[in-house]
Amino acid sequence: MSAAVAPFVESMRAAALPASGIGWLDAARSEAMQAFTVAGLPDTRNELWKYTALRALERRSYAARDENASARAIDESLIALPGVAGPRLVFVNGVFRADLSRLEDLPEGLSLKPLSRALREQPEPLRFALSRQDRDSDAFAGLNLALATDGVVLHVADGANIEAPVHVAHLGAPAGGDVAWHTRNLVELGAGARLRLIEHHAAAGEHAHFANLASEVILHERAHLDLVVVQESPDGATLLRRSELRLHEDAHVALHALELGGALARHEVRVALDGDRARVNTRGAFALRGRQHADTELLIEHRGRDTASDSLWRGVADGRARGVFHGAITVHPGADGADAQLSNKNLLLSPDAEIDTRPALEIYADEVKAAHGATVGQLDERALFYLRSRGVPAEQARMLLVRAFCSVALSGVEPQALREQCDALLLAHLPREAET
Amino acid sequence: MLKIENLHVRVAGREILKGLSLEVKPGEVHAIMGPNGAGKSTLGNVLAGRAGYEVTQGSVTYEGTDLLQLEPEARAAAGVFLAFQYPVEIPGVNNTYFLRAALNAQRKARGEPELDSREFLGVVREKLKIMQLSPELLNRAVNEGFSGGEKKRNEIFQMAVLEPRLAILDETDSGLDIDALKQVAEGVNALRDPKRAFLVITHYQRLLDYIVPDFVHVLADGRIVESGGAELAQELEAHGYAWVRERKPAGAVA
Repeated sequence: MSAAVAPFVESMRAAALPASGIGWLDAARSEAMQAFTVAGLPDTRNELWKYTALRALERRSYAARDENASARAIDESLIALPGVAGPRLVFVNGVFRADLSRLEDLPEGLSLKPLSRALREQPEPLRFALSRQDRDSDAFAGLNLALATDGVVLHVADGANIEAPVHVAHLGAPAGGDVAWHTRNLVELGAGARLRLIEHHAAAGEHAHFANLASEVILHERAHLDLVVVQESPDGATLLRRSELRLHEDAHVALHALELGGALARHEVRVALDGDRARVNTRGAFALRGRQHADTELLIEHRGRDTASDSLWRGVADGRARGVFHGAITVHPGADGADAQLSNKNLLLSPDAEIDTRPALEIYADEVKAAHGATVGQLDERALFYLRSRGVPAEQARMLLVRAFCSVALSGVEPQALREQCDALLLAHLPREAET
Repeated sequence: MLKIENLHVRVAGREILKGLSLEVKPGEVHAIMGPNGAGKSTLGNVLAGRAGYEVTQGSVTYEGTDLLQLEPEARAAAGVFLAFQYPVEIPGVNNTYFLRAALNAQRKARGEPELDSREFLGVVREKLKIMQLSPELLNRAVNEGFSGGEKKRNEIFQMAVLEPRLAILDETDSGLDIDALKQVAEGVNALRDPKRAFLVITHYQRLLDYIVPDFVHVLADGRIVESGGAELAQELEAHGYAWVRERKPAGAVA
């Protein structure tokens, strides 16, 4: 490392939080900040950052917080998602907004509050989650630990079936300059609990903020989680997310992710199938244009017996965009009877676009069923001609085919109105040549 | 309606059509027959505007305009339809949705009002009388998992909905059993109209027992070497394509 501290690191260090009055928290924060400033940002020698260089980020600096975040006017239409009318937690530039959230009359068995409030009211239950640094944590997880003051604290009681989807909206709003925020989300589903959770990243206007989210999701025995992530950040934003999901016996997670926005949008999804018969289905699509860069790191660990993972991801890149998909599945010793399926297909719409895909499978157990495949290709010219020969203009035909290509990844999104919204967002984001 | 003059077409550097001429008037059904490799499918593809077919000489005039200058979608909007020999499977694109998008794109290009989904369903219901397709096929992805016969019926159904003025059937009979062949032929016959012309490209005479053409042309080595009425198809069936070649040495038809 050179002696000069990178502007990014410097601006993060300057954002160090004042004492909270909670001894263990302050100690953990200061230790995490110390570790971050020593280690700096990961470089491309790090396997998980191989295709996502942070040189540009390293040279930038961000304001520690948006002082006016609680006062910014946000139009309801930016938050609302069709078919989603349940409990809601809204953050603007990383700060919880009670006025925009819906936390009254929560269904029985659901506890939902912002981290800022949980820390004020009852910090002790958060102690375990907020005071440890994982062995495989990286710079941003550490930074998150050091600087996160808000986020989601959600708990579903044993056996509770929460019908209405819970909507978490992370909104970026233009501020005086570029702001950084760090959000920590803690989600826990008790035994046999069921929950639908929608994580929505959107923007109230153009901005180039830096958002760093870390989520931990724990599913106890037989719990079921439907998780939908809709990411439509503005084209200038940087969004780094790390989601860790831990599944106990017979737990099941269905994840759908639609990645559309951001100058740099990375999502590291770590799934630990710890319990026997735990299952995860992941589906996702990214559609990129301009100079966007999106990176999905999907890391699935089979540890229990007879566990199953099934992943199907699609990527589309136009312009000079760059897409990265890394799907790494590890079947650990003793995880006999595992079934691991991974498919990643990608479309390049321009000669200057690039998509790097790396499926990786490591198996150390017996009686494992596993298959993985990845492709990068172009639009099927025969299909394009077929559509055009029926009168569909070339541009519309291309859009139809791209949308169809992505649709397999989104076909399971519920409720239907949300699926249709995802489809509409995807269509609106698809690159379109000048209409004639 | 369609006038092809001295058409020369190269595909991947090889000359396939070598001076083909043909004139089709409204209401007429022309059959193009010929051995494999004669250039039959090339003719269909070049008329529909597929990329990779290089016209080196000659002209194609359709309703007074230079057809070769038009993009495939513009040809469709002008009333040209190609029933594919190998209809393409398009996963993720709903058959009915696609057909409505196609019909509305054509209508829009012609300055006609687009149909809303209710009006479109009315059209579909009407056209199902001409070519029966199960509702299940209508709601599946375009041609995905269709049997050979279902794909060909879907082509004719699309034709019924799009109501072209010039329909080119590229070996629509290939791969069909006799029942499916009859169904397809009935669909085509139901669409015969004094204002609509058909170009029926086929290798076998069998289809022409059901779609009786006004003219039969024999295409061999990139040119039409013999033309006649429906009876020519019978003679070809009886004698084979070699018979034409013997009667007309290559030099005589240049």
